[in-house]
Amino acid sequence: MLTGFDWDVIRRTAPYLFREGMTFTLTLTALAMTGGIVFGTLLAMMRLASYRTLSTAASGYVNVMRSTPLVLVIFWFYFLVPWIGGWLLGATRPIQVGAFLSSLITFMMFEAAYYCEIMRAGIQSIPRGQMWAGYALGLSYWQTMGQIVLPQAFRNMLPVLLTQTIILFQDTSLVYVLSITDFLGAASKIAQRDRGGLFRDQLRRVEPREAAPAPAGGSEPVARDSGRAPSWR
Amino acid sequence: MAMIEMKDVSKWYGPVQVLKDCSAAVNKGEVVVVCGPSGSGKSTLIKTVNGLEPFQRGDVLVNGISVGDPKTNLTRLRAQIGMVFQHFELFPHMSVVDNISLGQVRVLGRSRDEATARSMKLLERVGLTQHAAKYPGQLSGGQQQRVAIARALAMDPLAMLFDEPTSALDPEMINEVLDVMTELAREGMTMMVVTHEMGFASRVAHRVIFMDQGQIVEDDKKEDFFRTPRSERAQQFLSKILHH
Repeated sequence: MLTGFDWDVIRRTAPYLFREGMTFTLTLTALAMTGGIVFGTLLAMMRLASYRTLSTAASGYVNVMRSTPLVLVIFWFYFLVPWIGGWLLGATRPIQVGAFLSSLITFMMFEAAYYCEIMRAGIQSIPRGQMWAGYALGLSYWQTMGQIVLPQAFRNMLPVLLTQTIILFQDTSLVYVLSITDFLGAASKIAQRDRGGLFRDQLRRVEPREAAPAPAGGSEPVARDSGRAPSWR
Repeated sequence: MAMIEMKDVSKWYGPVQVLKDCSAAVNKGEVVVVCGPSGSGKSTLIKTVNGLEPFQRGDVLVNGISVGDPKTNLTRLRAQIGMVFQHFELFPHMSVVDNISLGQVRVLGRSRDEATARSMKLLERVGLTQHAAKYPGQLSGGQQQRVAIARALAMDPLAMLFDEPTSALDPEMINEVLDVMTELAREGMTMMVVTHEMGFASRVAHRVIFMDQGQIVEDDKKEDFFRTPRSERAQQFLSKILHH
């Protein structure tokens, strides 16, 4: 089936795919994971707090985030945050938030909802007596959490946290809608460049390769490209 | 002078009253054993002393400081009261010596070296020096409980609370824990002990408090309690627990 597939294109574009695309994907994954786990752990502690206001606020946030499709959140954030930020700062024009920063904040906040539920289960898996033992020594709530409960909860939940991080890694491909060059974005840019060339034997109307349109032209990404010159040229 | 003084402590879980106007005192240097059938509120009572279990009415004074007063610095008060739990509650992710050092470093502000030196001394005292670098999971129940006692003693407490310290132990390990406790009592430590070990009570305790259904039914000198318990409930309890 793939007899006409030009395998060589992978070799030629690999530097671009990995140096640009995969680097971005991994950076976003690592930062979003770190931020998501920190924020998610705080949310989990809030959810388990005995103060009603805190636990209601946290569970409300988690439920809203978990019942919203990620693409929607990415869009909302990208288009709304500049306006809300501008409105909050009293500026007349929307503030500038780059696609990268916007997607990073989105993923941190979105993943935090999932990490929260994992950490909540982790904290609840630690027997109550551990908390008591910490308190009985004269440790404060934060010391007991930081020294005793969270290290154990984290260890118990490591496999699930890893699974969630893998899902996050795959989900970062959705930044494609902001026209960011992540791994998938890089691949699709090359596909656009070589449109009709890649599978040319399968296509009825074979276009000469030179006539393929310029890659940035006329395709669907909503936001404008960052203007960085693609390095695969 | 009363080191621990309880005044009409009452506690509810929703509509269920689990402590009913409990009043008792533990004087400095005194060993008081709290006993009674399960579900009688012994563990809840002892946990009100360092504020692990909040209560709705009455008050507990430790060394003159009110536990119930919201203005009291509870963490500071707790650092002065040692507590030993039924299930040891050692921190499984820390070595034995780190378990004993944690409170010294984080709460008392001792340097790591100072804390380690003190921890090793306490381990020697409970006979576990060679296990210092092990993790709690590698020790037997009796050994774990002795580490837990050392951990509580490392804070130089004014008083020690024991919540059924031998209930989760295999019979052959009970004595090694009771021996440490007996020695502690001989040295004049103020102790409040929830236990079913009536042998320990009759040897070491000064007074015995008997609880039933959330109430303190008897509070007697040890001799009087074992020889002539006044309440029928205590008589029944003793006859059941002593005759097998």
